[in-house]
Amino acid sequence: MSSRYAMVIDTAKCVGCMDCVVACKTENNVPEGYNRDWIVQDVRGTWPTLHMEIRSERCNQCDEPPCVETCPTGASHVHDRGGVVLVTKELCVGCKACIAACPYDARFIHPDGYADKCTFCIHRVEQGLDPACVAVCPTRCMTFGDINDPNSQVAKLLTSRKWHTLKAEAGTKPSVYYLT
Amino acid sequence: MIDPVLHAWGWEIPVYLFLGGMVAGFMIISGYFTLKGHHKHSDFSSFYLPHISLFFLSAGMFALFLDLEYKVHVWRFYTTFKFTSPMSWGAWILLVVYPMLLLNTLVSIPKSFRNRISIFDRISDVINRYPALVKNIGAANMVVGAVLGMYTGVLLSALAARPLWNSAMLWILFLTSGLSSAAALVHLISPDKTEREVSAKADNGFLIFELLVIVLFLVGLVTSTRAHKQAADLLLTGPYAPVFWGFVILAGIVLPLIIQLLAVNHKIRHTPVAPLFVIAGGLLLRFVIVAAGQASVIP
Repeated sequence: MSSRYAMVIDTAKCVGCMDCVVACKTENNVPEGYNRDWIVQDVRGTWPTLHMEIRSERCNQCDEPPCVETCPTGASHVHDRGGVVLVTKELCVGCKACIAACPYDARFIHPDGYADKCTFCIHRVEQGLDPACVAVCPTRCMTFGDINDPNSQVAKLLTSRKWHTLKAEAGTKPSVYYLT
Repeated sequence: MIDPVLHAWGWEIPVYLFLGGMVAGFMIISGYFTLKGHHKHSDFSSFYLPHISLFFLSAGMFALFLDLEYKVHVWRFYTTFKFTSPMSWGAWILLVVYPMLLLNTLVSIPKSFRNRISIFDRISDVINRYPALVKNIGAANMVVGAVLGMYTGVLLSALAARPLWNSAMLWILFLTSGLSSAAALVHLISPDKTEREVSAKADNGFLIFELLVIVLFLVGLVTSTRAHKQAADLLLTGPYAPVFWGFVILAGIVLPLIIQLLAVNHKIRHTPVAPLFVIAGGLLLRFVIVAAGQASVIP
């Protein structure tokens, strides 16, 4: 079975320190005012029965990515390794169809004119490293690996803990999982 | 907390969708006139309308070009064909539209334009030697026009991440609106009285059908998921409601429909106010749908 990269984020450990955001911007030279990952503080319920979840969000690297399907030039594509969704900037025309197609609003137009987003730091992963956000997390709330490998840490976490994905009803099969 | 910076579609896309839809309407109307042989009596729909279409379509494509963030890569649209991408379909459809419009202009060259460019006269003579070919050009213009009009709606409805757009009624709405705006323009500027009268009557039919489609579009959203209901609320009672109800429905459809119904029944004289309102309403419909659609999200 081919590899399928996934990220598992333990919301019980995340404190919203935004180290992941800073690490991503530094690692990927993300321009000022733009972000490939961000923090969401989600409060649900009614007082006094409230539930708060702090999440580090990013492109969900969907197994069925609408951004790839809607891209007219093939710039948005699924990488051979790990099923990561990438953008070939030389092919991108900046039509923004992928931005409109993404239920997670995870994409933005880079000031140079092409669609940009999280790549799971594939350039680091191909060197055997974790994505920058995972590597710097001070609470170790983020785990990265091949979900198709039953011995991987991400696969074990998903079989041992309760989890959810974002906007599962969109049917895009996200590869970012949140432990609850 | 930090959220990503989003770049949304601005004025360029609604303008492009409006002009594209109007050209689709022009092609269907002029194609019909050519198919039925009416070009022999009036050259406006068969000759001038395709010319106007060429201008409008080029203006629409220029608006689309302005929207592109990486303009020098515009040619990349034509290096591949993506079956799953409506925008890719649109790029290739536009390549079919231009020759179809040019052929339709050559069916009926007005006397004042004769003997200017001999090659066009010769092609026109050849085309008119074969009545079946003329009919096929008319029919092909109608079909390609319909595909273009549908595409302007499908472009948005294929984007499931935006619940407001995610409706199978959208292409019917945009096609009908395009037809309505096109008929309104013919009603407004055609020098042929019969053509104006026919266009006004046709436009009344399109406007009534458009109202029905809008009702079905909204009913479909309201009776669907929570995300779709919230999306419909943006138009029904939300921030886009004043423009939607006031300018799109009332001023853009109901009011001109009443005026034109009175005019075609000879109760009042034809007035340019009605078609102008229809055209403005068609443009605002695209603006409202594109803006509200981007504001609608899966919760």
